[in-house]
Amino acid sequence: MSAVAASREQAPEPAPAETLLEVRDLVMHFKVSRGPFGRSGLVRAVDGVSFSLRRGETLGLVGESGCGKTTTGRCVLQLETPTSGAVSFEGRNLVGMVPAELRKVRNRIQVIFQDPYSSLNPRMTVGQIIAEPIAVHGLERDPRARHERVRDLLVRVGLSPQHALRYPHELSGGQRQRVGVARALAMQPSLIICDEPVSALDVSIQAQIINLLAELQSDFGLSYLFVAHDLAVVRHISDRIAVMYLGKIVEIAGRRDLYEAPAHPYTRALLSAVPIPDPALEATRERQVLSGEVPSPLNPPTGCVFHPRCPMAIERCKREVPALKALGAGHEAACHLV
Amino acid sequence: MSELVASLDVPSRSSRWIGACRDFIGRRPLGAIGAGVIVLMFVAALAAPLIAPYDPVAVDFAAMLAPPSAEHWLGTDAFGRDVLSRLIYGSQTALVVGFGASLLGATIGALIGVASAYFGGRIDLFLQRIMDVLLSFPLIILALALVAILGNSIPNLIIAIMVPMIPRCALVIRSSALSIREMPYVDAARAAGFGHSRIILRHMLPNVMASYLVMLTAFLGQAILLEASLSFLGLGVQEPLPAWGLMLRGAAVEFAETAPWMAIFPGVAISLAVFAFNLFGDSLRDALDPRLRTQ
Repeated sequence: MSAVAASREQAPEPAPAETLLEVRDLVMHFKVSRGPFGRSGLVRAVDGVSFSLRRGETLGLVGESGCGKTTTGRCVLQLETPTSGAVSFEGRNLVGMVPAELRKVRNRIQVIFQDPYSSLNPRMTVGQIIAEPIAVHGLERDPRARHERVRDLLVRVGLSPQHALRYPHELSGGQRQRVGVARALAMQPSLIICDEPVSALDVSIQAQIINLLAELQSDFGLSYLFVAHDLAVVRHISDRIAVMYLGKIVEIAGRRDLYEAPAHPYTRALLSAVPIPDPALEATRERQVLSGEVPSPLNPPTGCVFHPRCPMAIERCKREVPALKALGAGHEAACHLV
Repeated sequence: MSELVASLDVPSRSSRWIGACRDFIGRRPLGAIGAGVIVLMFVAALAAPLIAPYDPVAVDFAAMLAPPSAEHWLGTDAFGRDVLSRLIYGSQTALVVGFGASLLGATIGALIGVASAYFGGRIDLFLQRIMDVLLSFPLIILALALVAILGNSIPNLIIAIMVPMIPRCALVIRSSALSIREMPYVDAARAAGFGHSRIILRHMLPNVMASYLVMLTAFLGQAILLEASLSFLGLGVQEPLPAWGLMLRGAAVEFAETAPWMAIFPGVAISLAVFAFNLFGDSLRDALDPRLRTQ
């Protein structure tokens, strides 16, 4: 990443020094056609999402399935080209970047997938899977040193060097997820998108992987964008949390603020659905069950997208889209009633 | 440590292969029979100079149209050439053309199919329309036309048989590759910044191997049949080169009644070869299909 290239690719507004990732007004619409004669529709998977992530920080991205949290992660990774909006990483906008330039940045943003069974190429050994990105990015050109590096990475994620010779199908789910972590680490990234990295694992193994991720974060100064639907997991690892509903961020706050003083009715409903293993908090918890289903992102409701299910909805919610309002230091919510 | 480093790139696979072969023979006896016939053909082709009793092109006017006997097990043809020797040497032609055409056809088809699925969008549309055009010609018509254009030498014959195989393979491989493309490990490869060719060759192609092998064995039978058909029509291999289709042509035109052995034995050889490849191909498909594996 030369200085010349950096200045050429720089976003219109350079992000502050400590900001690693800045997502501005991200929109991702998918065109769908229903049958040969049907009308073509537009799935508003992500509809104007903005957030930023500082170096070394973990931002939790939570919401029900289909709310666009995974798509947001994929847009940051540039696996999808967003319909509009900007994704600035280390001060450079990745959207619309020349493929050759983008390829050089890619090793700085890595990903850990949800399903450890399909995220590893079944035809490659664990050693090959981890060594490949190191070789391709020229991070270690000497094959012996590269194998040494693979060994170190395997040990670092809690596997043994002998695992390098195994094929993914010979490993357990937790072991495979560790391989996934090692593959991401191999490229020495500064940002890792964790796309529900523990949802497919047993509870006991979830904790191990979460602790591993936390350890690696402090050792390597990593930043995480942690996508999950499990609030308990997110609470453990995140510094700040963004709650998404139907392609929009409805609330974003520091961990303490969000869990202790949730402002948006949707956040409150989500939190009330989680049994909190803390008697003090558990006593104050009100059960609040949402009625109805998440509306289709093909045809989102007018005004506030949450109004058909909101227990507090007023007339204004049907007409006006609420903007994110600042409620305190780093605490924002999109609701007319806060 | 050093042996670990050395073996990182070369995992020991031989024992797994032997086990898989044993398993295949036990579970798929018909496929094993097919494989046996194929192996027999290979032995005949490779050891032809050693096992053929006569020179396949040596003319012997003293023994013209001789019926099967102790001297000429399968008789002789109109030029007194030994039918058995010509059959044995003919397996060389059949295998060279069959393997050449189906390997090339299936490989090029697989590459087009995987690339088509990987890139998607306009490239996919463009490649698939070309494949549709090629598919709209019947196999033999397209091969005939190509031989007519290129002329009939063995390399041209291979090309003529290969071209109609490409779209058939591309179609099947594309559909498998479409599902592979959605696998997270392909996303991981893209997120790692790997180039298109690396993703296609290292991450997608090995994972459509099952479909590729099935197409390949199916093509082998077809290619041998097609080569025999073209030779029979006089557009394939030329005399005096020994080829099964050619032997059939010489025999069926004039000597079907007076010297039936001239037609029967090459006909049996063609049928047996095609049947063996089809049996093997079917069993291979079943063995590689995980949904049928438990049966």
